[in-house]
Amino acid sequence: MNKQTRLLIASFLSSTFITGAAFAAGVHPTTGEALADDQTFTYRILDEHSSVDPQVVEDVSGAEIVRDLFEGLMNQDRDGNLVPGVATGFTTNDTKDVYTFTLRDTAKWSNGDPVIASDFVFAWKRAVDPELSSPYAWFVQLMSIENAGAIIAGETAVDELGVTAIDDHTLEVRLSAPLPYFAQMTTHATTFPAPQKVIEAHGDAWTKPENIVSNGAYVLTEHLPQERSVRERNAMYWDNESTIVDKVVALVINDENVALTRYLAGELDRTEVPAGQFPRLQKEHPAEAISFPRLCNYYYTFNLSEDGPEAFKDPRVRQALSLAVDRKIITEKILAGGQPEAYTFAPEATAGFTVPEVEMSAMTQAERDSLAKELLAEAGYGPDNPLTFNMIYNTSESHKKIAVALGQMWKQKLGVQTDLGNLEWKVFLETRGNQDFDLARGAWCGDYNEASTFLDLLQSDSGYNDGKFQNTRVDELLASAKIASDTTKIYTEVEQILAQESPIIPIYHYAGVYMMDSDVGNWPVDNVEQNWYSKNLYKIAE
Amino acid sequence: MIAYIIRRLLVAIPTILVLIIASFFLMHFAPGGPFTSERPLPPQVLANIEARYGLDQPLWKQLYDYLFNIIFHFDFGPSFKFKDRDVNDIIAQGFPISLTYGALSFLAASVVGISLGIAAAIRHNTWIDYVAVGLGIAAQALPNFIMGPILILTFTLWLGLLPGGGWNGGQWQYLIMPVIALSTSYMGSIARITRSSMLEVLNSNFIRTARAKGLPTRSVIWRHALKPTLLPVVSYLGPVFVYVLTGSVFVDIYFSTGGLGQAYVGSALSRDYAVLLGVTILYGTLTVVVNLLTDLAYAWFDPKIRY
Repeated sequence: MNKQTRLLIASFLSSTFITGAAFAAGVHPTTGEALADDQTFTYRILDEHSSVDPQVVEDVSGAEIVRDLFEGLMNQDRDGNLVPGVATGFTTNDTKDVYTFTLRDTAKWSNGDPVIASDFVFAWKRAVDPELSSPYAWFVQLMSIENAGAIIAGETAVDELGVTAIDDHTLEVRLSAPLPYFAQMTTHATTFPAPQKVIEAHGDAWTKPENIVSNGAYVLTEHLPQERSVRERNAMYWDNESTIVDKVVALVINDENVALTRYLAGELDRTEVPAGQFPRLQKEHPAEAISFPRLCNYYYTFNLSEDGPEAFKDPRVRQALSLAVDRKIITEKILAGGQPEAYTFAPEATAGFTVPEVEMSAMTQAERDSLAKELLAEAGYGPDNPLTFNMIYNTSESHKKIAVALGQMWKQKLGVQTDLGNLEWKVFLETRGNQDFDLARGAWCGDYNEASTFLDLLQSDSGYNDGKFQNTRVDELLASAKIASDTTKIYTEVEQILAQESPIIPIYHYAGVYMMDSDVGNWPVDNVEQNWYSKNLYKIAE
Repeated sequence: MIAYIIRRLLVAIPTILVLIIASFFLMHFAPGGPFTSERPLPPQVLANIEARYGLDQPLWKQLYDYLFNIIFHFDFGPSFKFKDRDVNDIIAQGFPISLTYGALSFLAASVVGISLGIAAAIRHNTWIDYVAVGLGIAAQALPNFIMGPILILTFTLWLGLLPGGGWNGGQWQYLIMPVIALSTSYMGSIARITRSSMLEVLNSNFIRTARAKGLPTRSVIWRHALKPTLLPVVSYLGPVFVYVLTGSVFVDIYFSTGGLGQAYVGSALSRDYAVLLGVTILYGTLTVVVNLLTDLAYAWFDPKIRY
């Protein structure tokens, strides 16, 4: 049987029976690669996900599952570009504050009901309803949908939300402010539709495998909390014919070293690489150890509030400490997973963001060290008057290694005394949030792919600005970026001010460092947000 | 005897109550709450959530409601982290798994441990004794967090014989490594306690009498020496039973069994108050009950003990 006949039979089978394994023993329709008989993708998740309810889910591993079970208006392709989901497209008015989405009439729920515009209206109202009190209600507010803030605060009725089903296949959204990237935000789990009848019938238990009805490429078939969750192809999905992977298994494995061992024993198709092990694994398994940039940063923030140490009020001290950090040692010797060194707050991987030339990045480490010594001496700190402060980080082996390395670098180069504080996560958040520290670890992953998702953190009134950095020029620039057509100049100036003022010490930007079985096809390594869809993956025959 | 049991149970109630109250306050005084997150929730959303779970009430009221719901509805409250499950669900799902591992480990540790100990004592100062003592000490020196990685590397990675974790409905292949990891060190201790206890008993007067009247060694051991030998072992087995259940925390996490240990540690880290408290009460009650059973077992092993 030649490839064409097999393909013909395969497509015949899939259109006739719409059951699983349509592509098994076949070839990939576009790449022509031979497909494995067993189209099961098994991967590790660090922790039990909080929920698979689209309006409730708040963690990354939960959102990954929700993206398979439900489908929103728009999806992302392997590069992170916007592609149609339930909506075939959208139009917007000139002022970009009214968006109208057209829904495809072939979209169905897994129980056969059609997916209609009112399913989205129900879901979005649900997300802001104080009754549900979703931890992601803020996302709808971030989307600038009319009245979202007032509804969350309980000041306005839920029905006042600026979203209307014009008819079954037309959804209109009204915004309180123009938002050029609104459509991008509809790839987020919070905006996915919800089955009203099922939720009303089962209450909070609607997400259990025996009750759940979903509209994505997969349905939830098994869930043993803290152990595994299994999703299998949804025969009712409008594009089920193009789905190749039949079954996706997420295994909860808390310990990353156990996960790696189980990967090497062939139990998993994907797992994370523990810090420091990438070079060895790359040597032993060159086709499987992969590293690519992620949309996250890692930094230390100075406490610039009134409670903070006097020494840190002097920008020279902050700059000296930042200069003396040999980032290469941290990225190459400690993490060793291909993470880029950071001299700016926003990562280079951010869409439309050109990394501005900051002075520090052009210098050699020796030059930085001598400048650091000079600056610190100018500020009045030296052997007679040594600088001492505490630094806190949350419990994790690699955070600890980095903190120890930083302390050593400062001690050797500048004679600075540091007192390290290892805090459990919730204690850490509380301590940092109360400005009860001198220097604290921080990290941020972008909520959307635009530099403001990072830079806004350093706005004076940002709730996430735990270092309490205040700079009116930065605030002005960030406000102007919201309506500017070209933001390059603005973001460059912001980063230059940050380099000058050093309210934070950027250390490195994250990389996705995985062991990925070489028979997994089409993993979206170029999607920096790592929004992946199992329906786009396939398993190649070995 | 009956009066004794009733008395003990009556003492158990205030004990558990104190445990609940102390845990409740300790938990609430730990910094951070269930909804503390890196992305601080807007005040309105936080207020809505706290109202939903009654966390906006004063602490005494929360404690009162909590106890009321346990006593009158046997309802241990909702999970703050997992919306579609409550504490009863989480325990009902995880405890049978932990119990299976725990009971099998307990059985393995006591049967193998006691046998090794007896063999060593009977063949005192022979190679059997040396091997048994050697094994016992080696086993005792291998706590579960050392055994776990050794087992997984050997049986999963190098030999490829056993799955590296999971539960899979309790299939035997999935039980072997967790049970070995959990039982080894207790096995070692039990063997050593049994051996020294047996040696002491074998040197006592009533054994000499039994031998003197011409009983074969087998009957001396089984009919006369065994029961008194096991007395100190039983007092150790009681706590061991509780340890293998609570000590399964590591095994649950390391072998991803889906057992209660994962939920317990996870709830402490995420400040999922109701789950944390529910599991604490379960473990506390278990300790009280097992201690009572151990005390009752003494009477059977030693006729001199009367309640």
